[in-house]
Amino acid sequence: MLTLLLVWQGLAVNINSTILPGPLLVGEVFWKACITGQLTYHLGVTLLRLIVSFSISMLLGCAIGIVLGRNEKLDAFFDNWLMIFLNVPALVIIILCYVWFGLVESAAILAVVVNKVPSVIVTIREGARALDQDLMEMTRSYRLSKRRVLTEVIWPQLHPYVMGATRSGLALIWKIILVVELLGRSNGMGYQLHLFFQMFDVASILAYTIAFVGVIQLIELLILKPLDHHAMRWRR
Amino acid sequence: MNAIKIDVVSKQFPGTGQTVGHLVIENLNLFIGSQEFVCLVGPSGCGKTTLLNIIAGLDSDFEGEVFVGSAARKSKIGLVFQSPRLLPWRTVRQNIELVQERFENAELIDDLLDIMQLKAFQDVYPERLSLGMSRRVALIRAFAVNPDLLLMDEPFVSLDAPTARQVRDLLLLLWQKRPHTVLFVTHDLREAIALADRLVFLSGSPMGCVADIKVSIPRIDRNNESVIEAFRQQLIHEHPVIKQLI
Repeated sequence: MLTLLLVWQGLAVNINSTILPGPLLVGEVFWKACITGQLTYHLGVTLLRLIVSFSISMLLGCAIGIVLGRNEKLDAFFDNWLMIFLNVPALVIIILCYVWFGLVESAAILAVVVNKVPSVIVTIREGARALDQDLMEMTRSYRLSKRRVLTEVIWPQLHPYVMGATRSGLALIWKIILVVELLGRSNGMGYQLHLFFQMFDVASILAYTIAFVGVIQLIELLILKPLDHHAMRWRR
Repeated sequence: MNAIKIDVVSKQFPGTGQTVGHLVIENLNLFIGSQEFVCLVGPSGCGKTTLLNIIAGLDSDFEGEVFVGSAARKSKIGLVFQSPRLLPWRTVRQNIELVQERFENAELIDDLLDIMQLKAFQDVYPERLSLGMSRRVALIRAFAVNPDLLLMDEPFVSLDAPTARQVRDLLLLLWQKRPHTVLFVTHDLREAIALADRLVFLSGSPMGCVADIKVSIPRIDRNNESVIEAFRQQLIHEHPVIKQLI
């Protein structure tokens, strides 16, 4: 971390140009943006969009993924659809959503969800196919209720796949949200970055990036790691 | 009340592409009385597990009929598999509690844990247990639903002799405490003689009933190895047909 800062500082001093401001300047910009509330406001807006679209994507993706993984006929039918949605470029979906539904918040969220859901489905479907048949037979012989089987038997087996989908999902959604904001919203990180790009304000761009990376680290450290830890408690 | 009437005309495993279908069971008729302890003895691979799955209602893809219990009330079934099949992410006690969804009974679990000497391990995850202990947990789980019918599929296979014997004794103890119908699959004739009221010998491919023999040894003599061995020799002498099955 420290080496990175030193190399950055060294480069910035040598180049001495506005295209690469040094860490001190970026720190100053970062601080100012925080005090004025600019950064926190736009970061907050983007975070909110992230939470909403991420939750919808994971819920939808898990539900559909489990169903497809457990049902061969449905899976065979929807497999091609899935492949199509998985491979349509994110930008196309975003543009179409804005064109069809207007430059509104729900269109932005929808665009992110449509981009993310197929990859969640594919991951969870893989997990649902790999469920332990011996355990499923056991639950049937004891006539456990569907709800219990889902929460106590299926879900723990899917956990590694859900965590995989969560991590790759967060990374993907961050990137898509910025594009969505850049194209059709008047707030959020993407909009701000676009503004700075037009004004050639590299220091602000870097300051926002740092805030961004920090938030992701916090999510990993405070939410995902403890979840992992809890799920692994039974392993030797 | 909790009798089983088995009348399987045929059970087939369908072929997959290149392979032809495989007839597992043909014309099998069996009646098991209420609270009877019956051992099914047959060579491995003869379809005993398939038969248990049919009785347990896990497999409905067969021709024929199986009645378990009365029409008025469905029998509660406890099933013990060849492998313990415990959920690794639940502790011993949570594994047992899982099957008590509709009739929670903590006292029963406590009793069973005491009898099986697993009280100290109730909060341990299954991966830390030995195979013998895991099998005992699976047994407790089956008893925890207060079963009317207990189906057991070679539950003590691959246990060392003293452990197997200990668990067998515990099984009999529980069975005598609360009588219920037991169907016990094994390929070990000595084990079968030590446990059962009645032995049913099954042949392989397709499976059919070869011999149906009452075990006349009184329960108190079942721990005596020489009595068991004598009965076994006599059995093989009287029914030469079962010699190939064991």
